[in-house]
Amino acid sequence: MRREIVSPEGFRQDGRRPEELRRSHFRTSLFQQVDGSAYVEQGNTQCLVTVSGPREPQMRSKSLPDRAVVTVEYAVAPFSAGERKGPLRTNRAHTEVAASLQATFEAAIMTTLFPRSEIMICVQMVQLDGSALATAINAVSLAIIDAGIPVTDYVTACSAGYIGSDPVLDLNYLEESAGMPQLTLALLPRTRKIVTMAMEQKLHLDHLEPTAEMCEEGCLQMYQQMNAYIASASKLATLITPSA
Amino acid sequence: MLHNHVFLRKTKKGSVAKIVKEHYLRTDIACGSKACTTCTPCKRANLAEALPPFPGSQVGEYIVPDTNVLFHHLDVIEHPSISNLVILQTVLEELRHRSFQCFQRVRRLIDDPDRHFYVFSNDFHAETYVPEPAATASTTAVAESPNDRNDRAIRRAVQWYNAHLAALHLGAVLVTNDVANRQLAVNDGIPALSLRDFVQKLPGSVPLLDMLGAAGDDPTAPSSKDAVADASRLATVYPEHAAPASIQAGIATGVYQMGTLHISPHNFQEATLLADVNKQRVEVLISGRMDLNRAMDGDVVAFQLFPKEQWKSIVSKVQEQEDDDEAVGSDADAVDDDDDDDDDDDAAADANASASSESLLMPTARVVGIVKRNWRPLCGTLEAPPGFKQHVDAAREHVIDPIQSAFFWPIDKRMPKVRVRTRQLRHLLGQRIVVALDAWPQNSRYPTGHFVRVLGAVGDRAAESEALLLEHDIAHAPFNARVLACLPHQGDRWTVDVDTIDKPDRVDLRHLAICSIDPPGCTDIDDALHARPLPNGNIEAGVHIADVSYFVKPDTPMDIEASQRCTSVYLVDKRIDMLPTLLGTNLCSLRSNVDRLAFSCVWEMTPAGEVVSTRFHKSMIRSQASFTYDEAQARINDTSMNDTLSTNVRLLNQLAKALRKRRIAAGAVTLASPEVKFRLDDKEQQDPVDVEMKELMESNQLVEEFMLLANIHVARKIQQAFPDAAMLRCHPAPPSNRFDALIRAVGQRGFPMVVDTSKHLSDSLDAIQLPEDPYFNKLVRIMTTRCMQQAAYICAGSVNPSGYWHYGLATDIYTHFTSPIRRYADLIVHRMLHAAILRDGQLARDRMKRLADVLNVRHRNAQMASRASIVLFTNLFFRNKPATEEAYILRVLKNAVIVLIPKYGIENAVVLPKASLAKCDFDEKDIAITWPADAASQTRAGKLALFQKIKVHIEIVHQGPEAAQRLQLQLTLVDPPLPAA
Ligand SMILES: [Zn+2]
Repeated sequence: MRREIVSPEGFRQDGRRPEELRRSHFRTSLFQQVDGSAYVEQGNTQCLVTVSGPREPQMRSKSLPDRAVVTVEYAVAPFSAGERKGPLRTNRAHTEVAASLQATFEAAIMTTLFPRSEIMICVQMVQLDGSALATAINAVSLAIIDAGIPVTDYVTACSAGYIGSDPVLDLNYLEESAGMPQLTLALLPRTRKIVTMAMEQKLHLDHLEPTAEMCEEGCLQMYQQMNAYIASASKLATLITPSA
Repeated sequence: MLHNHVFLRKTKKGSVAKIVKEHYLRTDIACGSKACTTCTPCKRANLAEALPPFPGSQVGEYIVPDTNVLFHHLDVIEHPSISNLVILQTVLEELRHRSFQCFQRVRRLIDDPDRHFYVFSNDFHAETYVPEPAATASTTAVAESPNDRNDRAIRRAVQWYNAHLAALHLGAVLVTNDVANRQLAVNDGIPALSLRDFVQKLPGSVPLLDMLGAAGDDPTAPSSKDAVADASRLATVYPEHAAPASIQAGIATGVYQMGTLHISPHNFQEATLLADVNKQRVEVLISGRMDLNRAMDGDVVAFQLFPKEQWKSIVSKVQEQEDDDEAVGSDADAVDDDDDDDDDDDAAADANASASSESLLMPTARVVGIVKRNWRPLCGTLEAPPGFKQHVDAAREHVIDPIQSAFFWPIDKRMPKVRVRTRQLRHLLGQRIVVALDAWPQNSRYPTGHFVRVLGAVGDRAAESEALLLEHDIAHAPFNARVLACLPHQGDRWTVDVDTIDKPDRVDLRHLAICSIDPPGCTDIDDALHARPLPNGNIEAGVHIADVSYFVKPDTPMDIEASQRCTSVYLVDKRIDMLPTLLGTNLCSLRSNVDRLAFSCVWEMTPAGEVVSTRFHKSMIRSQASFTYDEAQARINDTSMNDTLSTNVRLLNQLAKALRKRRIAAGAVTLASPEVKFRLDDKEQQDPVDVEMKELMESNQLVEEFMLLANIHVARKIQQAFPDAAMLRCHPAPPSNRFDALIRAVGQRGFPMVVDTSKHLSDSLDAIQLPEDPYFNKLVRIMTTRCMQQAAYICAGSVNPSGYWHYGLATDIYTHFTSPIRRYADLIVHRMLHAAILRDGQLARDRMKRLADVLNVRHRNAQMASRASIVLFTNLFFRNKPATEEAYILRVLKNAVIVLIPKYGIENAVVLPKASLAKCDFDEKDIAITWPADAASQTRAGKLALFQKIKVHIEIVHQGPEAAQRLQLQLTLVDPPLPAA
């Protein structure tokens, strides 16, 4: 029998209320060989990102005279989804996610500070359980900060779906596979400027605004959590690294 | 807010994959008591602030029922005297899996603020959550079953409630009929009661105790005292049912087969089902109490075929329950030593007869076990037990009567009598009541049941209508507020917003001369048509169907309601709509001279009816006229009318004729039904005043042809777009032996009948013409229709494409697209077609398959309800005016003939008096009842055979015991006269 996405008691199937994010977990500086790295868990969606650069472009022809080039590689681990058929299976879908990430971070990174150089971002989805794009954006954001690349602001992202008459925040795999329209929003939290908006399935225009508002709320919550993590991580770093 | 306690639920699925789900536990879930001040405030908190304690308890207690109590005794729970229930999430989820219908009924109770029900999400509460068995399996020695885990969760929640509410002088009590569970609860100091004990504590519990049924305490285990006592006292009446494991093994080895049982409407001890005999799908007979072995109509049973020597003649006899008299007085009478049944003797006689004569034989079988009961509430009346006196004694009004046993007579004649025990017998006699079945023990001749509720006095029109709807499980409550909230807020002032609506997908067709053709008085106009000549000599024809899917969006409350109703139900005196009236008869209805939204199929056709191209698109139309069939027919006939609409109608008719010719050539079978229509008087009573035949004109066929064409083309389109999930309608070929009797009977009249393909069948039917009796052809067609299988909805992915075949229409694929206002299947097909032309959307095959199953059941029920309504009105019609009419014999049985009275569309048995029957012979070969001339009583020789035209007398009689009061149509033979006794 079909179950409701949100029960009349106001709970989703995993026990969250519609406006609640999943538990998230962050780690940065995982690898020495790259300039920056981050690992982000949102629920059971796990994402690992490494950032190299700014550095000399591997292909000269790709360099731009006035700013840095941002390249994104996006891959999904073959074991990430078990036998479940995630929405991000075909390579074309991967390319689209990569393009979306690239556009997002070209807007956030102060690329003009590094003309004729390249910033290389590698995104690896370790496990998929819904809201993959949003998790990837958050992870890239942390990895870039970890790499010390100047940005205008963090980019934080969040997804929301629309079902029945209300939006639902941060969809997991089960909710995604119920086939509801899903919006992913990436935001520069301080200015509240929207940098990316991605839509799966059609959503009626009337419902876009409440859904987008809820996404924004989600992005801001995510920002606070990431900010808190960065603050504690850097405090930890100053405590354990001997001063130069 | 979030309790960041995450646990992993791992389910091994297939070989390696694991599914990991998060499960958040929280501390902000309210207990739901209005008295509580410590919990997070909750809008849904609805449990009363203070409760009077039950006798024997210190504090007022909220009731926490377990799943089985809700599942088995929902009637009791629904009783208004029961309130302040805590429904646990665990219970609700279990119930959803057990029965979606029960789940919805409980949801309705929860939504009623006066009942003070509260759903406690115990699985999400940090203090009441109990881990799943899989997670604890490693730590405990014996693996816990999911059921045990749920019971533990329920007990944990009750325990929590008692601790949480103690300071408020409130508590909670677990109500369960599971003895073991109660024991575990008591061990942990958790208050627990059986449902019976709980109900007894309520004031005025008598009707509720009745509703608990005889078994009451634990319906699954024979633990109640008197049942045990009975079992030791009584001899076995029926053979034992095979255990599920041995049924499975038997089916695997082919010893047993499985099928759905259909009890004959004329003989409650005779049933048919479909089986594979010698690799052919044929109809199999199960007759007699013993072989049926407690199986009831609609049950899925496991059965075993008898060897060929025990096959029986297809000629059966009329047998109603009146024949087997049995008194009910004491409890012990369930014993059945005096087996007054003569069917076993009959069986022997049949076997002998079959050996000697060449009568047609039918495979026989016996029921070995019941796989799935099709038990539903039954409507009927109680029979006063012998010696029972109706006291009209005011002084006794308040005395509680002792429990008495009585027989309950269901309205549905296929159902056996039911033994009911009640304390309110004197109030229930003469009333239409509802009874739920409890069990049919091996040692009881009849099943046992319990009283549920009173519908009203017998014969009262409202009560009878209610009974009719209930019998067929038809939801007829007014639409609730959540559904009505889905309607356009402009109400009947809603208009098509021409400039903005769905551009650019929707095409403006308002300039076309579109008209609709329907029966007079039709308010829910589903379809409209147009045709116009094209410059290249071809013709453009269009079918425009109300765009219901524009208004009914998936998964909205209105959509869910419609998906449960599945179809509008047409009764003689009223219509029960699938959609709210505003949509059905106004906004969706394609009325003339208003802008309406439609889904259009437009074809380019040659004048010979050959389709050149097909287009599907949403549209807006403005019908120019709503014709009745008569008005359209007038325009077909009168070629002097030259306005656009009239030429349009004639053009459509020309195409329809060509289409029809093609269809007939392909082998479509023209079927017939003896339908009639009642004319009701205009006064409040709505008494039937006259009966008229439904007449078929060219204009009917015109509409029919175009609807068929649209359905076929849409079916093709959605099947291509969604080969897995498309909703189709198929009509399987009938089982080969079903025609045997008909072929023989028609053969005797000198007409060969070939039924191997629908083409041959159709040709044979066309050739059957008796110049002296023009009705003969229709009669054969009606009987052919009876031999057919039911058409059914299927999900394309669940059947091999060869199974899409529609036998009756002789088309390779078919669906329902043209009546979305009154059929849910059509609405689904609209959504599919829309998704197919927009090339988006995904459809889940499993969901469609489930939906198809539900649709089939609902459609059948709706049809049966319509027929029952006609029977009800037929009885009303003849109540005070007996008549003598011509009738045709449709079937000859041993002791009766089944006749059809064309004038009234009545099909009924004419039972021959036993005394006359003694002087008659049964001709096995010709299947006829014959009698010789008798000089003494001056009767001529005569016979009753198939297709014979006879005269019968129609009257309404009270049948059955006085108190059962069943109004029944009785036919008696007038001509030819039977030999006198
Ligand atoms: Zn509380």
